[in-house]
Amino acid sequence: MDSSERQREYVLRTVEERGVRMIWLWFTDVLGQLKTFAISPVELEGAFEDGMRFDGSSIDGYSRIQESDVLAKPDPNSFEILPWADGVGTSARVFCDIVHLDGSPFEGDPRQVLRRNLDRAREKGFSFYAAPEMEFFYFADGDPSHPPKPLDGASYFDLTTADVATDLRQRTIHTLESMGIPVEYSHHEDAPSQHEIDLRYTDALTMADSVMTFRLVVKAVAHEAGVHATFMPKPLSGVQGSGMHTHFSLFEGDTNAFYDPGDEHGLSKVAKGFIAGLLAHSRELTAVTNQWVNSYKRLVVGYEAPIYVSWARNNRSVIVNVPPIKRGESESARLEFRAPDPACNPYLAFSVILAAGLKGVEDNYKLPKEVSDNLYQLTAEEHMAEGIDSLPGSLSDALDVMERSELMAEALGEHVFEWFIRNKRAEWTDYKTQVTQFELDRYLGRL
Amino acid sequence: MEPLLIYPDPVPPELAQALDLAGYPWKAIGDERSAVRAEPDDGWAGGVIVAAIEPDGAFALCRALRKRDLPLEPMLLLVSGAQLADLELREDLFDDFCLYPFQPLELEARLKHLFWRTGRGTRPELVEYGPLVLNLETYQAAIEGHPLDLTYMEYELLKFLASHPGRVFTRETLLSRVWGYEYYGGARTVDVHIRRLRAKLGEEHANLIQTVRSVGYRFGQSRWGV
Repeated sequence: MDSSERQREYVLRTVEERGVRMIWLWFTDVLGQLKTFAISPVELEGAFEDGMRFDGSSIDGYSRIQESDVLAKPDPNSFEILPWADGVGTSARVFCDIVHLDGSPFEGDPRQVLRRNLDRAREKGFSFYAAPEMEFFYFADGDPSHPPKPLDGASYFDLTTADVATDLRQRTIHTLESMGIPVEYSHHEDAPSQHEIDLRYTDALTMADSVMTFRLVVKAVAHEAGVHATFMPKPLSGVQGSGMHTHFSLFEGDTNAFYDPGDEHGLSKVAKGFIAGLLAHSRELTAVTNQWVNSYKRLVVGYEAPIYVSWARNNRSVIVNVPPIKRGESESARLEFRAPDPACNPYLAFSVILAAGLKGVEDNYKLPKEVSDNLYQLTAEEHMAEGIDSLPGSLSDALDVMERSELMAEALGEHVFEWFIRNKRAEWTDYKTQVTQFELDRYLGRL
Repeated sequence: MEPLLIYPDPVPPELAQALDLAGYPWKAIGDERSAVRAEPDDGWAGGVIVAAIEPDGAFALCRALRKRDLPLEPMLLLVSGAQLADLELREDLFDDFCLYPFQPLELEARLKHLFWRTGRGTRPELVEYGPLVLNLETYQAAIEGHPLDLTYMEYELLKFLASHPGRVFTRETLLSRVWGYEYYGGARTVDVHIRRLRAKLGEEHANLIQTVRSVGYRFGQSRWGV
């Protein structure tokens, strides 16, 4: 038996031994929504062998002109028993790769897009690691007809709320750990009812799967307690939004390719090239890492959101932050990319970040000067004088830059690239035609 | 259970019979080359080496098997009374010995004890260590009687570690023995999976897997109690 047969055998045996009644096949649409359908245990062996056929035309980003049927092929190493009961008894989930009927990778599947980018990195001898810090809010409900009500702060739930939220976070962490998603750190964030859970690094594909699981677990645990959890980037005006600052590193076998003991700050040539690439292409990839109209309400001056295309050590106003390397821990050399928000599609976000960084490594991009000031305090003219750019100010601006980027088209593949821009343009058009509360408040009486 | 490696080939009939009766699968091996060629995917379960018949070949084979990255163990040596003096300075070549000709019941008891010491327990399909039980036939793991839900690679890693308690393994060894060579994730994959295993073992049992600074990992207590 080769290793993949043994993995299948292991999963089939576990299904039998644990009395699993239902297996959820998980995959992701281009916008990063988790999609699923269930199969029974008897269908699982066939699903491993031949895949499960389904009509992709109703999945965002999967539609094609000719054949709309695709196959979901379960990845046996991602098989996990789900820790919550769902009425029919024990159930399990398994992530799927989506393939054409002839077995070739389906270009609309974000997981395949990331696989392709990771393969490119591997050809150069690199494996790519990611560790995101996930921020999110708990609200009393998810009803959009009134402003969101935080669980703590303000006047809601006055006495007990801090406990409710802390308890929710603890239960969430427990569920995550039992599903093999180790948590590094967690705490209450600055904004009312905002929380952060930091995930322990893994390879980027596993991490993208983990982010999908994470969002579901956070929402499910909250739902069970009768509250609403959201990864909306900026749900409340006037306070910080939710980011997904993510730490990245490249490894060559056992060696951290970002580390060079001979460099003043411990940064290798690869690290410098990667940072330079990420900075040079950051405006092109923003539409992917910050993909909603609302994402750009977070990317504004103040509120600790990064908007300036520059890098520094221990500086929150820049998009690439390089944490200090602990003495004797060369493995910890990494960079922190602060732009993404937690409502991104992690497969596509990691893909474009890796592609931009690798481009910088391959083409020996020159690393711009590190900034030393708090950039929030400089005026626009001073930024211009320093030659410091900002991230796009709106989804529309971000799409304009992305559309002209060959690197993005290559990293995402033509299919996803075109569909994404078309879909996002439509979202922007819908938004633009709305008359907002802001306008009514400000103009209705006055004008 | 994987077979035991038995030397010499052909195996003395009374030894073959004793092993069969005790329920141990085995394969006869004539030299180091055939030991490598006939080795099962998961490695030999252990070795029973008869030194009383061809002493030179027997000690040479023991030495070769113990010199490997992952030394073969447990190793039971069968020696004649006249050879007892030859054991001096060869202590590292075997885990226990038994006089030859042997008593079948003694041989069985010694094997059982050796396997118990190396975590294989008295039932060959179970790997037991403290509160942890792995069933190699059903692929199921449990801690204090509660099932542990592991992915395939987590299970394989835990199985490998728990089968060699007290031993320190480098990341490279774990990578090549558990993942195999086709795996591209790099040795960091090992750290990631160890952390996932600890998360699933839960706070109380996470320390079953110890980090040995700048070397690698060890399952359970060190053999020297440090």
